[in-house]
This record gives sequence, structure tokens and C-alpha cells, in this order.
Amino acid sequence: MRKLLFAAASVSVLAACGGAGDGSDSDASGNQSSVNGTTSGASGGTIEAGDDFALRLQTALIEAQPGSTITLPAGTFAMTDGLTLDVDGVTLRGASPSETILDFKNQMGSGEGLLVTSDDVTLTNFTVRDTKGDGIKSKGADRITYSNVKVEWLGEPSEDNGAYGIYPVESTDVLVEGSHVRGASDAGIYVGQSDNIIVRDNIAEFNVAGIEIENSSNAVVNGNVVRNNAGGILVFDLPDLPVMGGNTTLIRNNLIEDNNTRNFAPPGNIVASVPSGTGVIIMANEKVMVRDNSFANNQTAHVLITAYSQDFSDEDYNPLPRNIEVRNNTYGESGYNPQGDLGELASLIGGNLPPIIWDGVTSWGGNDETDVNIFINEPESVGFVNLGLGSYPMDVSAASPSMDRPAGESIGAIPTVKLSHAE
Amino acid sequence: MRRALAACLALLLPACGQQQVPTGPDMEAILAAGPAETLADYGLFTDASAREPAANVIPYELINPLFSDHASKHRLVYVPDGQAASYRGGEQVLDFPVGTVLIKTFAFAPDMRTPDEGERYRETRLLIHKAEGWAAYPYVWNEDETEARYAPAGAWLDLAFTDPSGMPVEIDYRVPNQNQCKTCHQLGDAIAPIGPKARNLSHEGPLGVGQIEDWTARGMLTVAPDSVEAVADMHDASLPLNARARAYLDINCAHCHRAEGSASNSGLWLGWEEQEAVRIGFGKHPTAAGRGSGSGTVVIEPGAPEASIMVYRMDSAEAGVAMPELGRALIDDAGVELVRAWIEDMPSEN
Repeated sequence: MRKLLFAAASVSVLAACGGAGDGSDSDASGNQSSVNGTTSGASGGTIEAGDDFALRLQTALIEAQPGSTITLPAGTFAMTDGLTLDVDGVTLRGASPSETILDFKNQMGSGEGLLVTSDDVTLTNFTVRDTKGDGIKSKGADRITYSNVKVEWLGEPSEDNGAYGIYPVESTDVLVEGSHVRGASDAGIYVGQSDNIIVRDNIAEFNVAGIEIENSSNAVVNGNVVRNNAGGILVFDLPDLPVMGGNTTLIRNNLIEDNNTRNFAPPGNIVASVPSGTGVIIMANEKVMVRDNSFANNQTAHVLITAYSQDFSDEDYNPLPRNIEVRNNTYGESGYNPQGDLGELASLIGGNLPPIIWDGVTSWGGNDETDVNIFINEPESVGFVNLGLGSYPMDVSAASPSMDRPAGESIGAIPTVKLSHAE
Repeated sequence: MRRALAACLALLLPACGQQQVPTGPDMEAILAAGPAETLADYGLFTDASAREPAANVIPYELINPLFSDHASKHRLVYVPDGQAASYRGGEQVLDFPVGTVLIKTFAFAPDMRTPDEGERYRETRLLIHKAEGWAAYPYVWNEDETEARYAPAGAWLDLAFTDPSGMPVEIDYRVPNQNQCKTCHQLGDAIAPIGPKARNLSHEGPLGVGQIEDWTARGMLTVAPDSVEAVADMHDASLPLNARARAYLDINCAHCHRAEGSASNSGLWLGWEEQEAVRIGFGKHPTAAGRGSGSGTVVIEPGAPEASIMVYRMDSAEAGVAMPELGRALIDDAGVELVRAWIEDMPSEN
């Protein structure tokens, strides 16, 4: 009876005031559509093209119900601020990356184009273009899927482009698949401080780093096309971060070629030290397998295995690569025009570099040498050099390069990564 | 049944009301699952333009506020009648009870050297302590300042004024969207206030009395110590540079740059309590700064502010470079100068 009375009052209010009523009682009045001007957002639905698109989209992202789908129409839409999503289980779906384009070239605020901070989100079938900072960032966003998304900066690769294209961080269960990233001034696809990661079947090109797995564990990077970056695929661990101890990454079945774009990263960033023309770099990580990839035409080296070379004070940090295996890859031309410090070192061994390079560093900070187990499991015909640097800081005059492979043993199979939200 | 009828009638008034404003804070609106459509619906003010606070809605000021494009900020707090915040010291904010509303109105005058003359209210942000935690809601004022309406997606406002140094400025002022409110107010998985820490309240406020003592006397605050040590006033040039700069970073940066904040993954933590040199930025290389690093390689280079990424990002107004990345379109010149002087004053390591 109370409810009935309430409904009657509600309806009379609507009649008297012309519709500016209280949407929360609309189930009782049975008149939902007329009282709520943002119903498309509340239940998901399609954001129509037209005036105030960015405002209506952001409103829908805020008012979305968990588990709903927000559909973006075909068209190019000008964005002036970063978008944010903080509702679990939402799917944001465009028509296709070539048809639905969120254009941030006039962005005035925020550090990225789209920021996701909720779990179980799927992003698919749209393009994020020309953001001022990062393209799409997801932070603390578990079980996220990026599928058939494009993030790009138009024009020639430039220092003025944003840092990361697709940027999941501090997350568990990350899937990035079938996506395309172009022009990032740091890494195109960057997964940081995360666990349980699959990056597959993407295209990364004209970035400083194509794909980077950093301070993360249990990652598979499989079936990607990584070309025309300065460096192709990076597996790094860095000091002084909340999550360290990067380990257990499989780099398999990727096409890694022509990564000879100049390094256009701003100088302070770690990727600024990546020599242009490097296929894979493994730095300060444990248990990394590089197998069954196809390398071609990387001017400095196809595979570089290196310690972290800068000063650090973090006592919990291990700067060495250890338990690394390289096997069964195919190697096209490389090392014909080595860049950076490696160019300087190349002169010691005749000017050109072999496809696989290890810096030979086995200790740091005055510690004893450790057995790092670098296993070059390739036919003898595949060239290798141990630069014999011993420790950092690097002293080129003290380098004692050697073509002898270190006595390593297989690290065994990297366990399959099973995501809880996708096959 | 009569109660039900009364409730219906009560509902009618605010729903229709052009000028009908409730006579006091409306706990039903305050504790509702979602936001009210207008600021007036909460009954926190007795007039439509929110100049006259309702009973027990108390104005206060922080010793160090966040820089927000030179906006004047009018802060008020409402603690539900008969309840009180519990004192917490150090880096924690006071423990406000459910039903508390923190109100912050952003205002601009044509000439911010005389901020009271011709002041216009632009936006009001509410932090409401709901039963399930804090919620953040932005409200934007109309041109006549007769109504502030809920704006979940925020707004861009074209503002022109003379800044405190006498320079005319025109800006696209950003009213943050509701998620952006949460970005700064994030504490782990929850939302939390930033400013009202005891040490940041421990001074004479707009009512002309010591705020901690006044709130205690009003019964809004319980078991505060007899004297609460105040944070260094960052604009008080008589105080040590280090204390002023760290106080500045604490209120302008540490809400994101801490272990539970939005910038946790940077490993750069700028709270007042932080003692670890590398976390404050000494010898700290950028993690995800991109072009935000400028030409610097470390966050703080002692003796060399021009080589310190911290100064570079504070001294920019460009999206993708500027820090904080939300909440300002202008550079806080005074803040930049303070941090620059602090770094300049450090003994160089070279």
C-alpha cells in the first residue's frame, strides 16, 4: 500500500513539474524512459554520433551498469579530455578500428586517452589516435582484454608522441590480442608490474619499443608482427619499483624484422638506451625463453642479453639476466650497422656484430660472480658474442669479447599461461 | 500510513521547488545510493546560491591547499548532528562518521589579487561518506549562480581573469568528471578525503578560532590532543626550505604518488613521511614518463633544478607533460619557484 501511494505521488510530481523527477522510483511509476535523459549510459547501449559526443560517452562510462556493453558508432570523434572507466565488467565496443576513431589531437587534459581502473573490462574494435600522453592505460584492472584495438600517432615517429600505446599495469590476467600500435615514443604495447599475461597476434610498428614486458611475471608474447621499431620485443626488470623480480616469459613465433627506426625516445627513459636495430632485448630478468621466432634485418643485433647498466641502490634488485634460453629461431641479416655503445664495441671485433649478443656481466656492486645460465641453444652456424664486460659501469677498454658460448643448460618449458577470463 | 503520506509530501517540495530549499541537511539525500540532481537538494545551505550554510555546516580552511588554477576554495564540513569525527594524527585524515559531507566550492573573481570582489562560484565538489564508503560528486554552477547541477562527466569552462601576479589569463578550466575525482582521491580500492588531516587543519580558520579546538568544542571532533603540530605553511618564507617544499609536495602530489595512490606504479612517493631518498626522487629514473621527462634522467638532480624532471613537469601546462596531470590548466609559479629553490639549495653530487 505504501508503495502504491508513493508511486501515485511520484506520478503526480511528474505531471506537475514536467518530467524532472526522481529516476530511482521509475520502476514504481513505470515511466522510466521519460524521466531519465541518460538511459543509454545506465544500461549500456549505443552512444549516438552528434553533439556533445565526448560528454555523453563519458557520462555513459560513469553510469554504466556492471556487465553492460557500450557501443560506439562509426565515425571520427574529437576528444578534449581523457576518458575514464571505473565500472567492472564493461565492454566498450566500436564498429571497427578503421571506422570508429577517438581522436585526441586537441586533448587538453589527462595523462592518457582512456584510463580503465575496473576489472573484467573488454576494449574492442576502435582506434585511439594522437593522445598527448599514453594511449590506453589500465591500472589495477584484472582480467582485462584488449582485442582488435588500434592505438596510433599519425605522421613520422616523433619525440612528441605519447609514451605507451596499450598500457596495462599492476594487473593480473592481461590479454592483448589482434591489436595494432604505431608511433609510441616509448613502448607500443607495454605490460608493467603485472602477472599472467598473453600478448598475441598484434602488430607493433614505428614505436621506440614494439612490445615491452617490464617487472612482470608469467608472460607469453606469441605470434606478433614486430617491425620498424627501434627495438622489437623487450623483457626488462627495473629497480626502485613496487613490483620487481620480473620472470618467466616466453617469446615465441613472432616475426621480428626491420627494427631500424631511429630511437626517438626522450632521453631520460630506459628505452632511450635501446640501440636502434635490435630485435629482442632481455635485461635483468629470470627465466626467459626466445624460441621459434623469425628474425630479419635488424641492424644492430637480433637478440641482446644484458644486465641493467645504471647505478641503483635497491638492495632487493638483481640486475642480471639469468636462466635465459635462445633456441630454434631463424636469423636473417643483422649486425651490419650496430648503433650506440654496441657500435663502439663492434669495432673491437671487426665492425659487424653476430645475431646474438650477451654482455657477459655476472656480478654487480662488488658481489661475487654468479652462474647466470645463458643457454644459446642454436646451431653452431648462428653467430654469438660474449662481450666480456664483467660488470658495470661499462669500460670498453676492459672488454674481452669471446665467440665462445657459455656453458648453459636448458631452462625447460615455460609453463603455459592460462588466463581466467579467456582461452 | 500517515508517515508514508508525509514522506510523499516532503518529496513533492524539493522535486518541484524553484526556491524551496530544505531547512537543514537532508540525511536522506546525503545517504542516498546516488547523487542528488542539484546541490540545493542536500539542504547544506539556506539559500540557493550557497552563501549561507545551514546549521552545523562549518566553514574551514587548510594550511596548505592543492593548487587549482588560482581558484578560491570555500570549504565546509557537515558532521551529522550528534556524531563526531575521531581524531587521527600523522598522515591520516580525521576519521569522519558516515553521513559527513565535505563541501568545496571553486570560485573566481575578475581580478584574483582581490578575490572577494565580484567573486563567481563555478563548481562545487562534494565528498560524502556513504554507508559503503566515500563518494565524490561534481556540481557545476549556472551563470546566475542560482543552481549547481550534478555533472558526472565534468565540464570545460572558459575562464578569464587576472592572476595574483597581475597577469591576465584565459584558460579552459576543467571541472573533473566523477572518475577523475576518484583518481586523486583513491586510497587502495576506496575513495578518501585528502586535505583534512589534523596537522593541515591546526590553525586559525575562517571563523577566527583554532579549528581543532573549535571542532572539539562543537562536539564534531573527539579526543584530539591538547596541541596538534601544524604542517609547515608552504608560503611562509621564514620556515626552512626543506619543510616548505616537502609540505608542498605532500598536498600537491602525494595523493597519487604514494603506495595506495593512482601513481603507485611509478615508485615515486612524495608524502611528508617518506624518508627513502630514491622514492622522493633522488637518483630515481623515470618509469613511464615518456616525453614528460624532458631531457632529464632523474626526478631530482641535487643542485640542478633545470635537470630535474620534477621541476620540468611542474613547470608545464601541456597534457602529457604536466604534473599533476589532473586539476590544473595553469602553472603554479610559486610552487615551481619553491621546489626549484629547494633543489638548487641541495649540495650537488658532482
